[in-house]
Amino acid sequence: MSQNLKIGAGLGGVVLTAGAIAFGALLSNRHHNRGYDDAANHTKRQPEGDNAQVGRSVTIRKPRAELFAFWSDFSNLPQFMENVEAIEAGADGASTWRIKAPAGQTVEVKTEIASKKQDELIAWRSVEDSEIKTSGEVRFEEAPGERGTRVSLIMDYDPPAGTLGRVVAKLFLREPQVQARHDLKRFKMLMETGEIATSARTRDETRAAKQENG
Amino acid sequence: MMRALTWHGTKDVRVDTVSDPEIINPRDAIIKITSTAICGSDLHLYDGVIPGVVPGDVLGHEFMGEVVETGSASDLKKGQRVVVPFTISCGGCFHCKQQQYSACDNSNPVEKQDMSATLYGQPMAALFGYSHLTGGYSGGQAEYARVPFSDVGPIVIPDHLEDDQVLFLSDILPTGWMAAENADIQPDDTVAVWGCGPVGLFAIQSAIVMGASKVIAIDHYPNRLALAKELGAEIIDFRETDVREALMEMSGGIGVDAVIDAVGMESHGFAIDNMFDVVKQKVGMGADRASALKQAILAVRFGGKVSIPSVYGGMTDKWPLGAMMEKGLQIRGGQTHVQKYTKLLLEKIEDGTLDTTFLISHRLPLEQAAEGYRNFKEQQNEWTKVILKPEMEN
Repeated sequence: MSQNLKIGAGLGGVVLTAGAIAFGALLSNRHHNRGYDDAANHTKRQPEGDNAQVGRSVTIRKPRAELFAFWSDFSNLPQFMENVEAIEAGADGASTWRIKAPAGQTVEVKTEIASKKQDELIAWRSVEDSEIKTSGEVRFEEAPGERGTRVSLIMDYDPPAGTLGRVVAKLFLREPQVQARHDLKRFKMLMETGEIATSARTRDETRAAKQENG
Repeated sequence: MMRALTWHGTKDVRVDTVSDPEIINPRDAIIKITSTAICGSDLHLYDGVIPGVVPGDVLGHEFMGEVVETGSASDLKKGQRVVVPFTISCGGCFHCKQQQYSACDNSNPVEKQDMSATLYGQPMAALFGYSHLTGGYSGGQAEYARVPFSDVGPIVIPDHLEDDQVLFLSDILPTGWMAAENADIQPDDTVAVWGCGPVGLFAIQSAIVMGASKVIAIDHYPNRLALAKELGAEIIDFRETDVREALMEMSGGIGVDAVIDAVGMESHGFAIDNMFDVVKQKVGMGADRASALKQAILAVRFGGKVSIPSVYGGMTDKWPLGAMMEKGLQIRGGQTHVQKYTKLLLEKIEDGTLDTTFLISHRLPLEQAAEGYRNFKEQQNEWTKVILKPEMEN
């Protein structure tokens, strides 16, 4: 998190932090299921592990290599990640994510690439001294026949204030599970149609414009 | 600013002045509307039984007009005349690629998908001028409309065809055609159609074109039954006749081969009037509509086919599940995949196989839209179909 941002103790801090984790991101090598059935961990009634984990899959009718290439350039991600204002790429896979938080604030999270496999996997995690512990991974698999590519996003984070943090996050519509689902669907729209659907009649009525104008 | 028919509450629609639509996404086009119709499913909005409608929403999903502006990725050209399908479809997703356009993955904005995903398991696609469950897109009962994915939806109309001949390509003609197609009509079939509203009438016409041996129309409005008869159907007035007995006789004791439920105000769209109110469902219109479908399931023969263009939104009780299973029925429904049919049906209009103008009863200026709604709702025998013309003198 950015060092110049003063986060107060108490609720204010919780709010800001909750907003910050919402863009999601987390890691997990617990992405694979445990137990005797084949379902993903994040669909379990009682998921394994201490951290909160959110995940979602979509099938996108585009070649794996094309989707992988788009996601590899993190500066593309704010096009569909609604709460991410910008991502600046540094050296060696380091990135600085500027994330929208409630009350018009932004927070920063620095991440590094945890692992990357051409056309298959990109995983990232927050750097050692980050106040927000988070990680994420996106996997690309061939879908059957001509269905394209199955894209799975899993994000993991250490809830900063436990249940309270998630409750507050939900109040501000920055609930991570919802955000992950929405972001991934926007990614699908952008890849399949070249644009992100809006039912606005005028440019001033789009979600982006409304957020911009407060 | 433009004039548009807007929803304000139950039985309260008004022609207001609202902001002009603008190009927002690259594939958009702006259409200057020359003709737009009131649909039976608009009456559900009028009756206030559809959730997710917001005061100020511009209604209307059957419209056509002239292209006046295009986004950078639209393939339309200014000046072209187009009919716009009521279903908004991207053309590139899993469902669109197999021509299941009304199940498009990408037309409903993501933040509007959650509610229908909860209700149905997966989210609905977007429609023009309907509920915010289906996107909340401004509709076509207006002077102008923003049309997303304009390279996939709108069909260009040759100059020699009048608006009245082609307007219904937007919805009710393909809906009636798909209803007949879903009934899998074979040459020797006897087909019974419940409801002689616009969709029922087009289903009757389509079934005849597809070669059905006999089509039987069921309604209680004499004028609508007369239109069915002119198309070549045999008719039953259910207020005077025991429908199931009559159908057994008319099908030689076998039972009808295929049934099409096109009943009531809701010839497509979704009737969620009772989705949140089980009690209302049991005493209200939802139960009435389902009773026509239940009658159809009992009337169809063993191994027969059931087509449901009149989609239901919620649940029903006392469903004849045993009859459905024991008789080995095929049941198909769904919102119309309009884009799949527009080209074929335009050809059939051009070559004279299909006539779409016979059911038009009234043409009004847009300014009189509220009156059109009221009469279409209250004078169903005489007001069979209303077209609004924004450019007509008031």
